[in-house]
Amino acid sequence: MSKFKKKTNVKQEIPTSSMPDVVFMLLFFFMVTTELRKTSIDVMQRIPEATQLRKLQRKSLVVDLYIGEPKKRDQGEDFKIQADDNFILPNEVLLWVSRKRDGLPEAERDLMTVSLKVDKETTRGIIADVETELRKANARRILYATMQQAEDKM
Amino acid sequence: MARTTPEIPNASMADIAFLLLTFFLVTTTIANDRGLSLILPPPPEAQQTEEIKIQEHNMFKIQLNSSDALLVEGEYTEDVSGLKDQLKEFVLNYGKNPNLSDNPVKAIVSFKTDRGTTHKRFIEILNIVQSAYNDIYAERAGVNNARWREIASDLQDPENERLYDLGRGKKVDGSLEIPMNISIAEPTKIGG
Repeated sequence: MSKFKKKTNVKQEIPTSSMPDVVFMLLFFFMVTTELRKTSIDVMQRIPEATQLRKLQRKSLVVDLYIGEPKKRDQGEDFKIQADDNFILPNEVLLWVSRKRDGLPEAERDLMTVSLKVDKETTRGIIADVETELRKANARRILYATMQQAEDKM
Repeated sequence: MARTTPEIPNASMADIAFLLLTFFLVTTTIANDRGLSLILPPPPEAQQTEEIKIQEHNMFKIQLNSSDALLVEGEYTEDVSGLKDQLKEFVLNYGKNPNLSDNPVKAIVSFKTDRGTTHKRFIEILNIVQSAYNDIYAERAGVNNARWREIASDLQDPENERLYDLGRGKKVDGSLEIPMNISIAEPTKIGG
């Protein structure tokens, strides 16, 4: 009389046949979004924290300049500026910036932003020297790279 | 000889895919172009040589020395928690208090460091100054601080642009009612 038959032989298995597809989807996502680092950074990069971060939308218009103590001891203890793959002096920043700017489309050259990735123990002296050079090069949009700090710490 | 159907074993496909996935997971660097943005003043030689007189009360002086000690308006300050409100009061004074700014356009926050000041301390103070301005803008635009910064980061959206102009009080001639006048002076050379 029972309308509800006892189901006895119900297999309780998660279908795994679609797993490779799922994994491949994830794989493609990471393959597309990944960007292999072009340069190895040879200066210390302990990025300071702040709360009032702005995000830059156009990555193609951002050029990076790394400043900090050299990681390797034999390169001295003075603060260094790293642009692309080599150390440069403050007075070479001007040339580097104009070379970078020439690589951008003509209409967007004024929108170039220099992202200063500065180690937190660096002193202001060398940063100010770089800023002066950037002003001379008319690359006046800058960004001090910082990490997000928890809001309530302030 | 037994008949075999030619088939590629695909049981290990998931494993291979997982391996590749792990590789990309590890090597991926999520773009981190975030930080405190700033527009530097024009090159030194292009500036007018004539001296521009700024009245004392229109200037909010913040100084950092080579040992990271802070002077706010000439007073030694250890606790920075009150600095933000002090800055807001200074900018939005509109001549009420004769010791503070006449109006936000004239108000200038002068930030002077030493060559020996650490970058960490510099960022900490610059962050407070920018947060004071962002709070003012956000309030005028009727949003909170975090939303304001999102708006400022993405001006492609016309609605965002409208709020951005509202917050900063953009006038018809293009000038701003409340410009973010942060002057970062050439550092002194005592330390560093």
